[in-house]
Amino acid sequence: MGMDRRRFLKIAGLGTMMGFGGKAAFELLAPGAVEASLKDLPLTHAKKWGMVVDMRKMTHEILVACQEACHLPHNIPDWGDPRVEIKWNWSDTYEHTFPGMENAYMDEHFLEKDFFVLCNHCDNPPCCRVCPTKATWKREDGVVMMDLHRCIGCRFCMAACPFGARSFNWGDPRKAPPDLNPGFPTNPDYPTRSKGVVEKCNFCAERIAVGEYPYCVEAANQLKEGTLIFGDLDDPNSDVREALRSHYTIRRKAELGTGPNIYYIVS
Amino acid sequence: MLDKAIKGSKAYWGWIIFLLACIGVGFGFYMLQWFQGLIVTGMGRDVSWGFYIGQLTYFVGVAAGGVMVVLPYYLHDYKAFGRITILGEFLAVGAIVICLLFVFVDLGNLPRFINLMIHPNPTSILFWDAIVLNVYMFLNIIIGWNVLSAERKGVPYQKWVKVLSYISIPWAFSIHTVTAFLYQGIPGRHYWLTAIMAARFLSSAFASGPALLILLCLIVRKVTRFDPGKEQIRTLGGIVAYAFILNVFFMILELFTSFYSQIPGHMHTFAVLFTGDGNLVPLMWTATVFAFIALILLIVPAARRKEGVLLVACVSVIIATWIDKGFGLVVGGLMINPFEKVIQYWPTFPEIMISVGVWATGFFIITVLYKVASAVKEEAGA
Amino acid sequence: MYDGVKIIIGIIIFLVLLLFPAWYQVGKAAKVPDPKLAEKALKAEQCVEPKLFMKTQHMKLLDEWRDEVVRSADRYYQSSSGKTYYKSLQVTCMDCHSSKKEFCDQCHDYLGVVPYCWDCHIEPKENG
Repeated sequence: MGMDRRRFLKIAGLGTMMGFGGKAAFELLAPGAVEASLKDLPLTHAKKWGMVVDMRKMTHEILVACQEACHLPHNIPDWGDPRVEIKWNWSDTYEHTFPGMENAYMDEHFLEKDFFVLCNHCDNPPCCRVCPTKATWKREDGVVMMDLHRCIGCRFCMAACPFGARSFNWGDPRKAPPDLNPGFPTNPDYPTRSKGVVEKCNFCAERIAVGEYPYCVEAANQLKEGTLIFGDLDDPNSDVREALRSHYTIRRKAELGTGPNIYYIVS
Repeated sequence: MLDKAIKGSKAYWGWIIFLLACIGVGFGFYMLQWFQGLIVTGMGRDVSWGFYIGQLTYFVGVAAGGVMVVLPYYLHDYKAFGRITILGEFLAVGAIVICLLFVFVDLGNLPRFINLMIHPNPTSILFWDAIVLNVYMFLNIIIGWNVLSAERKGVPYQKWVKVLSYISIPWAFSIHTVTAFLYQGIPGRHYWLTAIMAARFLSSAFASGPALLILLCLIVRKVTRFDPGKEQIRTLGGIVAYAFILNVFFMILELFTSFYSQIPGHMHTFAVLFTGDGNLVPLMWTATVFAFIALILLIVPAARRKEGVLLVACVSVIIATWIDKGFGLVVGGLMINPFEKVIQYWPTFPEIMISVGVWATGFFIITVLYKVASAVKEEAGA
Repeated sequence: MYDGVKIIIGIIIFLVLLLFPAWYQVGKAAKVPDPKLAEKALKAEQCVEPKLFMKTQHMKLLDEWRDEVVRSADRYYQSSSGKTYYKSLQVTCMDCHSSKKEFCDQCHDYLGVVPYCWDCHIEPKENG
């Protein structure tokens, strides 16, 4: 992923400027200049975003960093109760992440390892099929997106998702226990959610729009380069494709035909 | 005709006031849920549908079960049922109201329900479920009301009413098929992913709907001067018997497939529901025991022809199917989460009280409609 | 006239209920809205569109923005003045209009509209 990352760093300045820094800076640019400049960014356009998780490099520390890097800027509250918790990315053991693929003689080290999990941004997402209002749908670039203005909170998508990737706002996120959520909402430039809607990982749509890597990818790679590889699965020259060519990878519950787009290098 | 509903005995008014009180209490608890969110229920990120959706499913069955009096009358010209088709239709109306209210109380953001019409998604079964349920409700209101009006005036009902009646028959099958499709088309939920789900739903509907109808007929006979009829109740008993036997048979098919194939995912839910330390175990065994009682009482014709025995059998059928469908089916499908962990669920007090409010609303409607129907029948000198 | 008294009492009760909003508010003058522009907004002189358009159409514009951003990933607004803006209530609008109380709430409270934008979108921190 070296090449993408260097190119990314070059444009990082521009990304910051439009994302969260000086918004008024736009007015300095000529009409259409923003769109024109964005077209050339390596990260803003793809046919099919995907991710490769290199479990050889993954550590507990990185998993914690990934979750924090995502949950704080996305204003995800901590309810302090696994029953109603909201999470966009987290981790679980091999036998829970890949049920039915474990065997009695596996290396213990492997069974104890925690796997990085998030929305699989499936090719054929059952959540989108069942949504009665198209509040969740598949974007042309592959991101399975949520329209939180439209969601009626029927939770059909939660029943339909075979990966448990979806969370419901059982209560008002702004009323989550204050002692667990110091300074909530943690990012004044990103909305919270209202009670009664479903949410999930959005592949950092707001960041790829301005040429930045998803938060988890950025955080993981800061700790260990190449732990999470993000890119266009449709582009044969992308880092993700290179990783998939040169390693044997597995996907969660591929037999269900949803076409998950998160790949795991396990050994 | 509605004026018939405001002339009643003390007992009638007592019952009405009791139902209104239940509705009031339920509404109060709904306000709590409205302001605090669904966090007041026992549901969570894994068991994300619970008691509400279970009850929705059960009462779709009750509504569909009403067709078991309409079908023999219109398709087989079984005249005796002409006397009680109205009861089947009005039961369906009340049951559908219960269903729709359970959908409403389950929604995270009720005012946005309108999005279902503004931004419909035809690939969503929930969208179709909302359509078929609403149409079925209006079919039954229109048919029931017109037939009853005609009877009151002593004239035969109009032809278009009969056309609607014919339409309502396949429609009843459709509402429960579509409701089954909510579950059986979802990948990754072992307990639900079974082609026989819709058939199971229909068989349990055709047992539990008529069973409830028998109870209501017996009540109507007791509290009004209108007698639904001995033959009618006996025939309904036969229908309950056949449907319930089918229902148990379908369940055995599920068990065979799961346990002979030995595929872990297929066996897992049964194991959790019936053994182990899941909190649904006592409930599921209760359902099983009542299913056996019902089977024995229903299979022996001499037994089920005695109204007292039939009453016990019907109550047993209702308990067994209510637990199986209203509780075990939905919770069982979700309590093994996508990570194959077992998650316990039990409804909270506010959740139960909101459900009480919903049931009371449905039974209020059934009471008023039955009052009107029985008063008209009394007048017509039936 | 049959039951004339009852009818008249009925009409009176009906009118009292019907006019509830009027008599309930008697003597309580609503505060005249006085939206104040924050410093940055004053300096900018014009919003993304002319004042009259914004006054009457801002809700429509915001509605379009939200659909275009969320559903079409179309995040840049081409103003009639030729300038380009990042479509964001929270990040762009509220950057200039930095006081919800002094600006948005003024008219919204007066008109009794409660836009649910703020259920999710975070209003700027205000001093005091």
